Amino acid sequence: MQTGNLLLLLVVMIAGAYYMGHRRSFALARPLGGIRHLHSLPFYYAMRTAIWCAIPALVVLGVWLAFDDTLIRNMVMGSLPAASQPVDGSAANLMLNQISNVASGALSPASVSPEIAAAAEKLNSLRQLNTMAITVVVIVVAMLGTAWGWVKISPQMRARQQVEKVLQTLFMLSATIAILTTVGILMSVLFESIRFFGKVPATDFLFGLHWSPQTALRADQVASEGAFGAIPLFVGTLLISAIALLVAVPVGLMSAIYLAEYAPARVRAFAKPALEVLAGVPTVVYGFFAALTVAPVIRQIGESIGLDVASESALAAGLVMGVMIIPFVSSLADDVITAVPQALRDASLGLGATRSETIKKVIFPAALPGIMGGILLAASRAIGETMIVVMAAGLAANLTANPLDAVTTVTVQIVTLLTGDQEFDSAKTLAAFALGLMLFITTLLLNVIALHIVKKYREQYD
Amino acid sequence: MDTAEKFDDKAPGNMKLADQIEGEQAMDETIRYPDQTVGTPYVDNPKMRMRDVEVFYGEKQAIHGVSLDIGKNEVVALIGPSGCGKSTFLRCLNRMNDTIDICQVKGNLHLEDQDLYDPKLDVVELRARVGMVFQKPNPFPKSIYDNVAYGPRIHGLANKKYDLDEIVETSLQKAGLWNEVKDRLHSPGTGLSGGQQQRLCIARTIAVSPEVVLMDEPCSALDPIATAKIEELIAELSESYTIAIVTHSMQQAARVSNRTAYFHLGRLVEMNDTDTVFTKPEHDLTEAYITGRFG
Repeated sequence: MQTGNLLLLLVVMIAGAYYMGHRRSFALARPLGGIRHLHSLPFYYAMRTAIWCAIPALVVLGVWLAFDDTLIRNMVMGSLPAASQPVDGSAANLMLNQISNVASGALSPASVSPEIAAAAEKLNSLRQLNTMAITVVVIVVAMLGTAWGWVKISPQMRARQQVEKVLQTLFMLSATIAILTTVGILMSVLFESIRFFGKVPATDFLFGLHWSPQTALRADQVASEGAFGAIPLFVGTLLISAIALLVAVPVGLMSAIYLAEYAPARVRAFAKPALEVLAGVPTVVYGFFAALTVAPVIRQIGESIGLDVASESALAAGLVMGVMIIPFVSSLADDVITAVPQALRDASLGLGATRSETIKKVIFPAALPGIMGGILLAASRAIGETMIVVMAAGLAANLTANPLDAVTTVTVQIVTLLTGDQEFDSAKTLAAFALGLMLFITTLLLNVIALHIVKKYREQYD
Repeated sequence: MDTAEKFDDKAPGNMKLADQIEGEQAMDETIRYPDQTVGTPYVDNPKMRMRDVEVFYGEKQAIHGVSLDIGKNEVVALIGPSGCGKSTFLRCLNRMNDTIDICQVKGNLHLEDQDLYDPKLDVVELRARVGMVFQKPNPFPKSIYDNVAYGPRIHGLANKKYDLDEIVETSLQKAGLWNEVKDRLHSPGTGLSGGQQQRLCIARTIAVSPEVVLMDEPCSALDPIATAKIEELIAELSESYTIAIVTHSMQQAARVSNRTAYFHLGRLVEMNDTDTVFTKPEHDLTEAYITGRFG
């Protein structure tokens, strides 16, 4: 049976186990005078039976699937006569590919050597056997589990505690998945970065002022040497993010204060979702808005006052990005400002403070952690944003602090390095991972700093 | 005053309220409905003078034609069952009701010669003259010092750091908190115990030198010992401030106040010297309340 079908069957069996557990707990309770004489509610007995059906079977299935492929391959390779054994790892891989292609029918057996054809046949038969075995074993395990869970039900059994324990473990595993994923991403980026730093010295990368990642693909190709100074990219990223935050933080905060403190309920009910729509506009749309509408306007204004503005400018990208991240600031800030207790407002107003004094001196400090959280979220969005920058700020890695020039950012360069055909042993491709690592570290640092600020200036109310 | 006339105008409303009393509180049928305040709600030369105060929350009327005076350096206790409008009335006296959008206040309210609801009045100034202490201690999540200094700072009462230090110290002393906190003025006010927090709130209120202090059930969240301290404090403060206190505890009203006003369903039933109210109540409703038949 296919694994998918097997899983479906397992779901049906789990449901059956639940039903049986439920029935049995009722049956046991009846002579005692009702379910209140059981230790736990029937639900818990049923859940326990279902868990006994599900978990052993799933564990067996998982372990089996993790190892069966390797096992079958080894058996197939071992069955080849000594004369046709591959000489090294890559030859073995090639041969395995050939065998599985023949086995799946992509290659005709006539076009390969008879040993390979025989191995392919063996592969097919082993696979069939494997599928059958796995089906039988999993079903048997599930049935045994159900039977065990079902037999053990008794009025004294502490099913509730056991089910709670299983659920607790499940929740913990879910939390672990998120953390492990982060670690996994970090690792994959880290190892490729180490390879990159083997080709390009870290100091060149970290302190180099010139970015031009084109390297020769062949020894005889005429191409530039390749310069991997990341400073222009980080300066570009910071420039655009700073412009975006300069737009988003004041506008977002002030609109949050208006929404939370001044706006009548009806305005608020309409304005808050309307603001949040901004976050739902696809970034590509922002991108062409920036490139086709905002950039020309900036250019015209610049020319009219005698400034030389590039047609793709950091300013255009930053402004539009700023608008995009307004809702991150305003919506979160609005939530935390609204959450500040009315008692604190009353206290301040009762002392004769005006509304704005109350906001500035009482509400704002109390809401600071949430506000910082919103700003941080907005900042990481700004740093990680790619589409708007590609379209509106360009690809030229200029080292400049002038917002009217074209700049490029870390994320844009990662995209250009990793799109199209690549080879994973050139510095050019590996540079993307080093950039990713740097970006990761930057946002991590930002988080740490923000947490520190929050801790220091927070005014905690209870 | 023409309070009686006013009530007659609203006869249907009265009927409804009377029904409520009968239905909800199962009171004696012999009890008269309050058609007019009894006792002596007025004094000569009052600090605050309220006439025909009516408060609406949207369509719903919470206060019906209340008229009373609060004399200089007097402690006035407002008592009555839950929902009788005593807190609402108190909150009119420094216009804290402004913060509630649907709340509307009608009538004449004066602090000496100042009309409280004069559209030209600066409410900031009013609240500096009429301070308020709330039911639940609500210190700011700032240091003890900053809590007390908050008011003086926003009103610019101190030019130098030295002046501010002095205001903070005297206020804390007046609130009877100085000895307990003088060594930790810069630790957070929220770290104090409930009773200390409430005295901190009182210190914060008197730091702006108000003329009147309004207290909205200041002891309802405190234990008996902390309550006793606050009551002592009220007695001391009454030497320099005029105080209006809302309380659920009749013993407290009897202990701290000079005059007591009994509110019932948004009306002022009786106001008299505290002794008179608790020993010889004129109105049946007052008697029913203080003898514990409802409330």
